[in-house]
Amino acid sequence: MRRAVLIAIPYAWLLVLFLIPFAVVFKISLSDIALAIPPYTPTAKDGIWTMLSQLDFENFVFLTQDDLYWRAYLSSMQIAAISTVLTLLIGYPMAYAMARAPEAWRPTLLMLVILPFWTSFLIRVYAWVGILSGEGFLNQFLLWIGIIDTPLTILNTNWAVYIGIVYTYLPFMILPIYSALDRLDGSLIEAAEDLGCSRLKAFWLVTVPLSKNGIIAGCFLVFIPALGEFVIPSLLGGSGTLMIGKVLFEEFFSNRDWPVASAVAVILLIILVVPLVLFQRNQQRQTEAGG
Amino acid sequence: MPECVFAPWDDPNEKPLIRFRNVTKRFGEFVAIDDLTLDIYEREFFALLGPSGCGKTTMMRMLAGFEDPTEGAIELAGQNIAGVSANKRAVNMMFQSYALFPHLTIWDNIAFGLRRESSDKAAIAARVEDMLKLTRLEKFARRKPHQISGGQRQRVALARSLAKAPKLLLLDEPLGALDAKLREATQFELMDIQEKTGTTFVIVTHDQEEAMTVASRVAVMDEGRVMQVATPTDIYEAPNSAYVADFIGDVTLIAGTARARASAAQTPEPVATPEPQAAIRAPQPNALGIWLHDKVLAPVIGQRKDIVRQLPAPETPVAAAPADIPEGGISIDWADGQPPLIAADGDHALDGKPVKLALRPEKVAISKDRPQVVNALQGTVIDIAYLGNLSTYHVALADGTMIKAQTANTRRIARRDITWEDDVWVSWSGTAGVVLER
Repeated sequence: MRRAVLIAIPYAWLLVLFLIPFAVVFKISLSDIALAIPPYTPTAKDGIWTMLSQLDFENFVFLTQDDLYWRAYLSSMQIAAISTVLTLLIGYPMAYAMARAPEAWRPTLLMLVILPFWTSFLIRVYAWVGILSGEGFLNQFLLWIGIIDTPLTILNTNWAVYIGIVYTYLPFMILPIYSALDRLDGSLIEAAEDLGCSRLKAFWLVTVPLSKNGIIAGCFLVFIPALGEFVIPSLLGGSGTLMIGKVLFEEFFSNRDWPVASAVAVILLIILVVPLVLFQRNQQRQTEAGG
Repeated sequence: MPECVFAPWDDPNEKPLIRFRNVTKRFGEFVAIDDLTLDIYEREFFALLGPSGCGKTTMMRMLAGFEDPTEGAIELAGQNIAGVSANKRAVNMMFQSYALFPHLTIWDNIAFGLRRESSDKAAIAARVEDMLKLTRLEKFARRKPHQISGGQRQRVALARSLAKAPKLLLLDEPLGALDAKLREATQFELMDIQEKTGTTFVIVTHDQEEAMTVASRVAVMDEGRVMQVATPTDIYEAPNSAYVADFIGDVTLIAGTARARASAAQTPEPVATPEPQAAIRAPQPNALGIWLHDKVLAPVIGQRKDIVRQLPAPETPVAAAPADIPEGGISIDWADGQPPLIAADGDHALDGKPVKLALRPEKVAISKDRPQVVNALQGTVIDIAYLGNLSTYHVALADGTMIKAQTANTRRIARRDITWEDDVWVSWSGTAGVVLER
């Protein structure tokens, strides 16, 4: 009885917060646009059977006909992938340095990584507008030290989006890698050196494989939210930055085409399910190996 | 000693494999190793023994190449190895935590070092198979370290560190994580493997029994210094300091002042002098006995000429010291009103100096009656530590000094005659104790 209750809680959570909303969105994606409140038809007011009989896959067919959508999906994936790699390249050395820092410093360093979360995400992204714009701090600084003589155009390009995503999601990369490296027994590195490895080789043969789970977890934690990211591309990206989050927002709020927007969301979710399942499996394996 | 045919340290022609020459290691203000000079020979099984923090692990890490000496030089096969990094040394280490790579199988763990120096797959495979056979791990080759038991992991660690056939194998508390039974079995296995491979082993341990069991020589360390380097027998039977005597095994230390003894055998020994009042204490026939003899028996059997009115004392008085008291040596005055203790092999040069007499409990006998040996003291049993095969009695002498005496329990416990609060004699021969200057 108690076990049933314990198991029921996560399932109820999943049902209420994921499956029911998904069913609602999926149903809307099968509806047609209408000038009404809510702005689609049919609704449950028409009777369940009438409603079900009028649903169709028209909107999904539409998504395949307009190349805007699949280009947006592809470009989102590309931006998310590039950002993930950049975050890994920056986050790994930081996590490594943190794990190798004197024991007494580590809580402070960890605090510094988490500290940005205390400020609103929106404000932090806005701050980057001030840094990256033509007259922003970065350009002024570079002009002042004389590396460049005309201001760089960073804001409203994909570069600004990369910077924004890397900056925002860096803690999600650092924390799992740090936790993997922190658990790493220092004598393993010594053993590798004792058996004839150079420092670099020992890092490659021991440290990297043993932090693999942290790397995988970090990459998923960055890639998954970055794929559907809306705020960063709309604030920092330009007109050329095509991301599915932005498309979704526009369909929903500018065009008020809820059915098409829902179809876009359903496809995005299906795309995300693959990495999510992979992420889950990685976590599970990690738990098993740890136990 | 016939079992000690292997003794390169006694051979002046033998070249040591490892030489520590005036090595000092400091960590900031802390002196971990203090001006240490030590030779270790090829094929030796050398144990560094000491309490935690005595510098034994630092010594090992210097040999492995993880630390460099602050002063002095370490030579391996005649070459100074300072500055040679760990991955270039013909030295391998077995870590206390075993440090097995958790992401690799047992096979790959053992092959790890081999793959670094050669790419000959067949040769590597052959060597790994040899190592697996040596450590009896063939069945577990494809498993990961977390899928095998502690004892098996220990053997994998050993196989991995032996795979590269190092000149020197370092073992850092190799058996610390094993339970007592397995540890004992593994000790003999280690000795076997050391003999088979002929590798020089240096083992670090804080477990004196382990060091005594496996090692050909033991170095007892304290606070960065080597206190004594000797074979296990010598360390135990002839410690050179109170520290070593106390660290290895159980010991009673009695402090006193040495006095040289004359070499003559007939020197009267205070402890052995017979008590002169024997005649008075002897039992005599009482009045009834005399009356019976005089009035009843004498008329019948006749008057006896040699009237024995007095029986001899029940205990034959000892005329002189027992024959087994060796000549010479020293006696130790250790407490007022107590007879001096005799150490027959004590050095006359110690005359007048403060010394300590170290007594191993198993060399001290305990009895209810006064035994006929040179050193016998009376006391009360305070405590009995029953260890199954042995019992250790803690006997308090009149002045409060505690002496430990050990007996083998050859009888069942119900029939043992000494118990708490009993007045007993503790005794030992003239050569049982070791006289220590420091």
